[in-house]
Amino acid sequence: MKFGKLLAGATLALGLATSAYADGHEKTKVGFVFVGPIGDGGWTYEHNKGREAVEAEFGDAVETVYVENVAEGPDSERVMTQMALDGADLIFTTSFGYMDPTINVAKKFPDVKFEHATGYKRADNVSTYSARFYEGRAIQGHIAGSMTKSNIIGYIGSYPIPEVIRGINSAFIHARKVNPDVQFKIVWAYTWFDPAKEADAAKVLIEQGADVILQHTDSTAPQAAAQEAGNVITFGQASDMSQYAPMPRVSSIIDDWAPYYIARTKAVMDGTWESTDTWDGIGAGMVGIGEISDAVPADVKEQALAMKAALADGSYHAFTGPLKKQDGSDFLAEGETADDGTLAGMNFYVEGLEGDIPQ
Amino acid sequence: MIRLEKRPQPSRAFSLATPVLAVLATMFFGGLLFAALGKDPLVAIKTIFWDPLFGEFAFFYRPQLLIKGAPLVLIAIGLSLGFKAGIWNIGAEGQYIMGALFGAAVGLAFYPAQSVFIFPLMVLAGAFGGWIWAMIPALLKVRFGTNEILVSLMLVYVAEQFLASMSLGLLKNPEGFGFPGSRNLQQYESAFNADIIEGSGMHWGVVAAFIAVILAYVLLTKHRLGFAIRVTGEAPRAARFSGVNPARLVLFCLGMSGLLAGLAGLFEVSGPAGQVTIDFNVGYGFTAIIVAFLGRLHPVGILLAGLLMALTYIGGDIAQSNLGLPAAAIQVFQGMLLFFLLALDMFTNYRLRFGRGEVA
Repeated sequence: MKFGKLLAGATLALGLATSAYADGHEKTKVGFVFVGPIGDGGWTYEHNKGREAVEAEFGDAVETVYVENVAEGPDSERVMTQMALDGADLIFTTSFGYMDPTINVAKKFPDVKFEHATGYKRADNVSTYSARFYEGRAIQGHIAGSMTKSNIIGYIGSYPIPEVIRGINSAFIHARKVNPDVQFKIVWAYTWFDPAKEADAAKVLIEQGADVILQHTDSTAPQAAAQEAGNVITFGQASDMSQYAPMPRVSSIIDDWAPYYIARTKAVMDGTWESTDTWDGIGAGMVGIGEISDAVPADVKEQALAMKAALADGSYHAFTGPLKKQDGSDFLAEGETADDGTLAGMNFYVEGLEGDIPQ
Repeated sequence: MIRLEKRPQPSRAFSLATPVLAVLATMFFGGLLFAALGKDPLVAIKTIFWDPLFGEFAFFYRPQLLIKGAPLVLIAIGLSLGFKAGIWNIGAEGQYIMGALFGAAVGLAFYPAQSVFIFPLMVLAGAFGGWIWAMIPALLKVRFGTNEILVSLMLVYVAEQFLASMSLGLLKNPEGFGFPGSRNLQQYESAFNADIIEGSGMHWGVVAAFIAVILAYVLLTKHRLGFAIRVTGEAPRAARFSGVNPARLVLFCLGMSGLLAGLAGLFEVSGPAGQVTIDFNVGYGFTAIIVAFLGRLHPVGILLAGLLMALTYIGGDIAQSNLGLPAAAIQVFQGMLLFFLLALDMFTNYRLRFGRGEVA
């Protein structure tokens, strides 16, 4: 345990250094580890906006640092360790693949707080947080099902993990509700951010007759592909992507991490930080719905906004029975809603979706 | 008038000076780039090159240098054997993946049994996985004359699909709540490729990389096979006359580079990475091609080049975090280094002549 001792020594030294400055001038240092570039226009872009919001909120009382394009695995572990060594008090690790590295580093730095996005492993100094994106997917599904003329909706999946499958199910359920003939064509890109691959996927889906493209990848490339094709609608993913409004982008799901990041930073400053598991949706403001453009018929827009309000106040749940699984077995009975445990680990399609989840 | 003139003999002095000059040129022009971005160039250069080696937290970064550099060196050594002989394995990334999958699968198959034999078996399986994946382009080339560059490269994408399939299906952690990715081998003692001395960064992959450097050096300078490799690269016809069997050489070079790439994958998955995940591979197999050439296909050169690449990666991440430099600027900086190396390399074989050209 030589290494552990060395690190403990270093953190101790840092701790001493910090207490030496503890006359009200010491800045709280917050680190961010990003999986993509901050200019991706989607996922990482929004996390970085949250970082900027923390700086704006606390001004000179905080210092934020970030590293972008960090590969999941040993590289992320090194970057986190480096941030902790350099005196970070709080570190946000913003991709699912950072889960085990976050836990490893947290073990070595018990005095540093960690926040891991979209994972399920916690510790005394590791919290997890995620957003109920599937609520936004329900609204997208409703608009998509109402507007499609070819009845084919293309879906660009990133990785077949529960978060993505949940989104597909939620969008499909609500598209089918307004349009029983609707079909989903799903392409797996196996990437979170790769403009070239995403554009190819969008083009393939459009060639197969899709006139709506939903994406669970982070770049704006599918938007550009849809714009080029014309008469195809899309939705902004993770970020508003309003530069493509009013067509092809007719609405969007916006991840708004700013309030959470500000609250957690505040908790560290106040010494009230505790390990928690946060999963907020439209109601808490973590999931925003971007402006529904005029390309959407007025009545559809009205219904979509009504659904948004119902999801926000909790009077409607995006997974409400009766629902069956793809294999025909029962999922939810009439009026029953899915519990968080089922949703968190969702690894099946609902009835009506074609194809298999890649194994 | 300036013109290039071929040197009668490659300049040994220039061959040795080039890497140093290239680093200096990169520091200078990279410094200009950082200054244009509004950062102090001296601080930036120091952060990238000095801090990981001698800075306050060097005790942490030095081992990281080994961890990051070992797979690069291990793969590049294998590639250099083929490259010297004009056999182009571009698919080390795929062989790296297959080595990791074979090795991890053996380890996971024994879970949760503990035995000292598990890790050695995994090493064998990892080597086999990389070797067999490289045998596909090798046999196709020998039997049907296919182009090994294309076949090995395309097999990378096949391997990536295998990797995705394995992390989502067969090797998925049954206790992972439906999320992709295998069990973490770091928590399975018999399969964990831990640091031999805790905190030193010296895991078995680093040891293997050093051994590979030594063996490659001996092979190339002392062994008949090394002679065959060199002659085939320099004068294929002469090689044939001197009794070199080209088919056997293709099988050896591709097989050996696949084997080493497979080992690199196994050591990575069982150690620093710990897990089979969908995006386990981060491009070591491709970066190793650069490392091989950066090191002039010489074992010792490759060792230094691998460590230099690792240094720019690690220093680059520190510069991002501490100075707020964008990742793209770091990539441009790394690109500059390679550019200057290759550009200056020309002067090993050519020299500049000023003034009027001599009349022929």
